[in-house]
Amino acid sequence: MRFGVVVFPGSNCEQDVLHALHYLGFEADYIWHQDTELSGFDAVILPGGFSYGDYLRCGAVARFSPVMNAVIRYAEAGRPVLGICNGFQILAEAHLLPGALLRNRGLKFICQNVPLRVEKSVCQWLELAPGTVVHMPINHNEGNFTCDKETLKQLEDNGQIVLRYCEPDGTRQPTGSAANGALDDIAGICNQRGNVFGLMPHPERATDGISGERDGAAFFTAISQTLLAV
Amino acid sequence: MSKRYEIFVTGKKGIFDPAGKTAQNALDNLGYAGIESLKIGKYIQLEGADSLSLAQVTEMCEKLLANPIIEDFRIEEVGE
Repeated sequence: MRFGVVVFPGSNCEQDVLHALHYLGFEADYIWHQDTELSGFDAVILPGGFSYGDYLRCGAVARFSPVMNAVIRYAEAGRPVLGICNGFQILAEAHLLPGALLRNRGLKFICQNVPLRVEKSVCQWLELAPGTVVHMPINHNEGNFTCDKETLKQLEDNGQIVLRYCEPDGTRQPTGSAANGALDDIAGICNQRGNVFGLMPHPERATDGISGERDGAAFFTAISQTLLAV
Repeated sequence: MSKRYEIFVTGKKGIFDPAGKTAQNALDNLGYAGIESLKIGKYIQLEGADSLSLAQVTEMCEKLLANPIIEDFRIEEVGE
């Protein structure tokens, strides 16, 4: 199992992702944003950071990096793609995932460890039981997920909502449990096929236990099981 | 000879604009009464060859300069 971690100019979580993957015993290497060959990788991860300085819109310029044409073809072939934080924003800009990430509602950059509830979904990247509460850090200024009502209904009906912000006991406040104001408390979504997954929280920072959390490991290990089962 | 375009990118109706809201609150605090709404968008100046058509600039907006999911855009061709 060999992961590829795409490095855009301005990415800054690629080392954390690589470290987490190595810690879990996986092979993993960087993919430069100008590379266009992904055939040697079993899964591709777009890490967090500030690709192209977040200019214009987060992820808007990275989406047209040479590597992204390859990532789009890779995703359309049903192969696994994960976008974390800025990587999620890039996947949304590339229309590999629906919706968009707006500035946080509370006007603040948010950096904190948050509880998240696993939803029943078709996501191939996660095999935790629905209702499981995990803890991972969020670290973003534009994590306020939004989409139109029709898209939200499709996400719900197709089992594409993977992760929601919640209270520590797994419940959700009627006024919303997302510190960033995300629609329907959505923290992570996948495409209809379940091979493309984007989330704002950082599983790579909650994998080796240094930050006090290990819940993130499950976000990297399940995909290898899924691939083995194919 | 060259062509100039001005592009205005604004949040779609119903999309929350935290930057606009913050500026509006600040004006409220400064004592300006009667402001009902303040939205902040982007203003882009684009200048290029005479062959640069409105259709091309529209395509640029749809592809990159605006995100049609959350933003509207308006293009004006301006004199030299």
